[in-house]
Amino acid sequence: MSQAGTNREIGQSRWHAWWVNGGLALLAVISLAPLAWMVSVSFMPSGQASQFPPPLLPSHTTVANYQALFARTGMGNNFVNSLLVSVGITLGSLLFNTLAGYAFAKLRFAGRERIFQMLLAALVIPAQVAMLPLFLLMKQLGLVNTFGGVVIPALASVFGIFLVRQYARSIPDELLEAARIDGASEARIFFQIVLPMLKPVLVTLAIFTFMGAWNDFMWPLIVLTDQEHYTLPVALASLSREHIMDVEMMMAGAVVTVLPVLLLFLVLQRYYIQGLLLGSVKG
Amino acid sequence: MIRPLLILALLVLLAGCAQPQQGTTLRFWAMGREAEVVGELIREFEAENPGIKVDVQNIPWTAAHEKLLTAYAADGLPDVCQLGNTWIAEFATLQALEPLQPYVDASDTVQSQDYFPGIWETNVVEGQLVGVPWYVDTRLLFYRKDLLREVGYPQPPRTWAEWEQVNAALKKHMGDRGYPVLMPLNEFEPQLSFALQQHDPLLREHDTRGNFQSPGFRRTLAFYDNMFQQGWAPKMSETQISNVWDEFFRGFTAFYLSGPWNIREFRQRQPASLEGEWGTTPLPGPDGPGAGIAGGTSLVVLRSSHQKQAAWKLIEFLSRPAIQQRFYKIIGDLPPRRSAWQSPELTGDPLTAAFADQLERVKPTPKVLEWERIAQQMRVVTEQVVRGGLPQDQAVQRLDKQVDEILAKRRWIVEQQAAKAEAGGVQ
Amino acid sequence: MKRRSLAGWVFAAPALIVIGVFFGLPVLSALALSLTDFDLYSLADPGNLRFAGLGNYIDLLQTPMFWKSLGNTAYFVVLGVPLSISLSLAAAMLLNAPAARFKALFRTALFAPVVTTLVAVAVIWRYLFHTRYGLVNWGLGQVGINPVDWLGDPRWAMPTIIGFAVWKNFGYNMVIFLAGLQAIPKDLYEAARIDGATRWQQFLHITLPMLGPVLLVVGVITVSGYFQLFAEPYVMTRGDPLQSTVSVLYFMFEEGFKWWNLGRALAVAFLLFLIILGVTTLMLRFGKRKELV
Repeated sequence: MSQAGTNREIGQSRWHAWWVNGGLALLAVISLAPLAWMVSVSFMPSGQASQFPPPLLPSHTTVANYQALFARTGMGNNFVNSLLVSVGITLGSLLFNTLAGYAFAKLRFAGRERIFQMLLAALVIPAQVAMLPLFLLMKQLGLVNTFGGVVIPALASVFGIFLVRQYARSIPDELLEAARIDGASEARIFFQIVLPMLKPVLVTLAIFTFMGAWNDFMWPLIVLTDQEHYTLPVALASLSREHIMDVEMMMAGAVVTVLPVLLLFLVLQRYYIQGLLLGSVKG
Repeated sequence: MIRPLLILALLVLLAGCAQPQQGTTLRFWAMGREAEVVGELIREFEAENPGIKVDVQNIPWTAAHEKLLTAYAADGLPDVCQLGNTWIAEFATLQALEPLQPYVDASDTVQSQDYFPGIWETNVVEGQLVGVPWYVDTRLLFYRKDLLREVGYPQPPRTWAEWEQVNAALKKHMGDRGYPVLMPLNEFEPQLSFALQQHDPLLREHDTRGNFQSPGFRRTLAFYDNMFQQGWAPKMSETQISNVWDEFFRGFTAFYLSGPWNIREFRQRQPASLEGEWGTTPLPGPDGPGAGIAGGTSLVVLRSSHQKQAAWKLIEFLSRPAIQQRFYKIIGDLPPRRSAWQSPELTGDPLTAAFADQLERVKPTPKVLEWERIAQQMRVVTEQVVRGGLPQDQAVQRLDKQVDEILAKRRWIVEQQAAKAEAGGVQ
Repeated sequence: MKRRSLAGWVFAAPALIVIGVFFGLPVLSALALSLTDFDLYSLADPGNLRFAGLGNYIDLLQTPMFWKSLGNTAYFVVLGVPLSISLSLAAAMLLNAPAARFKALFRTALFAPVVTTLVAVAVIWRYLFHTRYGLVNWGLGQVGINPVDWLGDPRWAMPTIIGFAVWKNFGYNMVIFLAGLQAIPKDLYEAARIDGATRWQQFLHITLPMLGPVLLVVGVITVSGYFQLFAEPYVMTRGDPLQSTVSVLYFMFEEGFKWWNLGRALAVAFLLFLIILGVTTLMLRFGKRKELV
C-alpha cells in the first residue's frame, strides 16, 4: 500500500484507523463478553448472580460451584463420556473418511463419479430427517443408550470424504504408479505413501470432527436416555431445565463444556480455519 | 502408528456396545424431589431384602414423559417406575404395565379400601388395576388470612361467586401493588381443576371426542379468563415470576393455587411476622367446595421387567402406612391411604386438613393415551384466550376440533374393536 | 486395473456402508413412514398401522401449527440471514483493512463464539437476558430504557433468538468473506482511489461484485442452516411464549419425540427438506442469472 501523502490524508487515515480498530474492538467485546461473564459467574458464591443489580465480578471467588457440579450432578462422568465419544468418532471417522476420500480421488472403480454425486446430493438432506428412523434402527440393533449408538452413525461423513478427496487429488499420480510398478499393494501405498502426504488435511479433519462431535446435541439427546451416558451438551441441557435458579452452578457446567473445544481451537486455529475454507470456498 | 490408533478406536466401539450386567438389581425410575429423598427408605428396603439391590434413576419432571415414551420405544423401561397417574392410561394402553390385581389380592399390606377412592380409581384402566398409588397431589388454594381479613372476609371463599367477590375487594385494596390470585399461565392444573368441578365430562363418546363445547367447560373457561381480564390474576408464566414464595409473603398475591409440596416450602420461608396468617383451603366450586384433580403418582411394575416379584416387594414396602408416614415427614408428599393419615403430624397440621377434605372429592381425568397432549392443548388454547385475545367461543370450537384430531386414531381403534366384537370374534 | 478397482471398492466400502446404513436407509424409511400413520398405537401393536398415502402431508398443510412454525422459521431466516451476512461482511472488511491492528487476536476473538457448544452459550444467553437479573436489562436501565421481557414476551422471544444465532455464527462467514476479500487484487482499489472514488463507491463497485460467488455460497449455506433452527428454541424457550419460537424442526421434534406421531413428524421433515431445496435452488438460479456461478 502506498504511503499516505499529505497531512490531511494522514489525519484522515488516523481517524479511519480509530474507526476500524474501534469497530473491531467493539465486536471483540460483544463476542467475548458472554463467555467472560460465564467464567466470572462460575466463580461466584451461590445466589450472588440472582441479585439486582447483577454483579459483573464475584465478591469473592469460590470453587464451590465446580465442586457441587461434580459431586451432585455427576458432570465429571458426562465429561468422560464426551471425551470417549468424541475421540472414538474422531479416530474412527478419520480412518473411514480418509480411505474413502482417497479412493474417490485416486482409485478408479465403476460408478465412482456417480456415487460421489449422490453423496454430494445427500448433503442437501437435513440430518434430522434421518434421526427418527435411525432411532428405531438403533433400537433393533440394541444400540440405544450406548456409546456405540452415538459413535457408529458418525463414523463417516460426506463432508469428511469431500475434504480428503479435494486434498488427495493433488497427490501426483506418478508417485503412486511408480509404487505400483515396484509391486507395492494398494494398502501399503495408502499407509506408507498417501497418509503421510495427507497429514495437513488429516489434522484439520480431526479437529473439525472432534469439535463437531463434542458439540453435537440433537442426536445424543435422542439416542442416550440415561443420565450416566449423557454427553456434556445433553447433560447441561437437562440440568438447565431442572436447576433453573442455580445460575452459578449452570455457568460452571457451561465452562466445563466449552473450555476444551475453546482451548483446542486456540491452539490449532490455523488448521481449523484452513479446513473451513477448503470445505466452503473451494466447494 | 496407525495400528495402535485402530485398536484404540475398536476398543472404544466395543466399550460402547457392551451389554449391562445381569443380577438381582431392581431398576427404579423416580422423578424430581422424590428421587432425591427416597434413597433413605430404599436403604431400609435393601436391608430387609438382602438379595435385592435397587438402582434409583432420577428423571426430571420436565423430561419425564418424553423419556418414558422413548424408553418404551427402545425397550428400555425399568422394573419399577413412579408414574404420574394422569399417564397411567397411556402406558396401560401401550401394554407396558403389569396388571397388579393378583399381587394386591395376595398382599396383606396393600388394602384397596384404605385408599382414597378417587385416587385408587385413577389406577384402574379398562377394569384392570395397573398401579398402586404412592402419594397424592391435588391443587388447592394457599391464601393470606390477614389480607382477606383486611378487606372484610374472615373466612375463605367456598363458591366461585364468593371468590370473585373476594378478588374484587382485594384488587381494590391492592391496586397496582399486586394481584389477588397467582395462577401462572404455563400450568394447566388450575384450569383443569375448575373443569373437573363441572358435571360435563371433558371427553365424550367413549372418550373419543372432545367435549369442550359443553356448557360446563364454557363456564370454566369464562370463569378462568375472567380472573385475568379483571386484573385479579397476572398474565404471566412461571418464568416471569421470579420467586413465588417471596411474592406471597410480600403481599404481591393473596391466593396461590398449588399443591402439597408447597406446604413445606412456604413454612420454611415464612417470615416470623406472618406465622399463622396464612393457610390452605379447598378449592371453591361452582356451588360449594369443589372437586379437584385426583393427582399424584403411582408405582407401577413394567411388563418388560424380569424381576416382577422383587419389584412388587419394593412397592409393598413403600405402601406400608408407617413408611408412607416417614415419607411424608421427609418430603411432605401426602399419603394416599387413610390409615397413613392417622399420624400426629398429619392430623394435627391445620394446613393438611384442607387437602384431606378435598381428597374425598377428587375426580380422575379421562383415561386416554392422548391425555397429556390434550391437557397441553387445552392450556395452549386457553393462553390464546387470556393473552392473545382469542374469543372464547372460537377457542372452545378450536379446542374441540384439535382434540378430535388428536383422538382420531383412538376412534378408529375403538371402531375396529367394536366391529370385531360384533363379528363375534374374541381377541 | 482390476486390482485397483477392487481396492477402490474396499477402501470406499466402510464409509459408504456407514453412510448407506445409517443415513441412506433411515432417509428412505422416513419417506416410507411418512406415508403411514405410525404412532404410539403402532409402536404397541403393528396391526394399528395404516397406510395414509399423502394424508399426513395434506393434513399438515391444513394444520395451523405447521404454518405457524413455518412462519416463525421464515421470520428467523428473513431477519437473521441478512443480519448475519452483513455483520460477517462488515467484520471481514474491518479485519481486512490495512489500518487494522492485532489482526490475529481480533480474528480469534470474533471467531470464538462459533466453536463454543451451542447448548452452553444458550444457557448463558438465557441468564443474560433474564428480565430481572440479566445484564442486558440492567444495561438498558442505565440508559433509561424499561426492562424488556426478552424471552417471555411473544414479540421479543424470536428476535432474541435471532440475536443469539447471529452472535454465535457471524465468525464463520466472516472467515469465508475474509478469504474472498483477500483474493481481490489491491490494484483495483488503488486505481479507484486515484480516480477519486469514495470508500462507499469502492465497496459497491469493486468489493461486492468480486465477492459475488462467495456471497452466493455463503447465502445458500446460511439460509439452509437457518431453516434448520432447532437447538436454540429447544434450550432457551421450549417454543414458548405463545409458541412464537416453535420452528419447523422443533415442531417435528415434538410430534416425533414427544407424542410419537412418527408418520406426521417425518412428513414435516420432508416438507422442510422440500422447502429448503426450493429456496436454495431459487437462490442458485438467481445467482446463475447474475453470472455468479
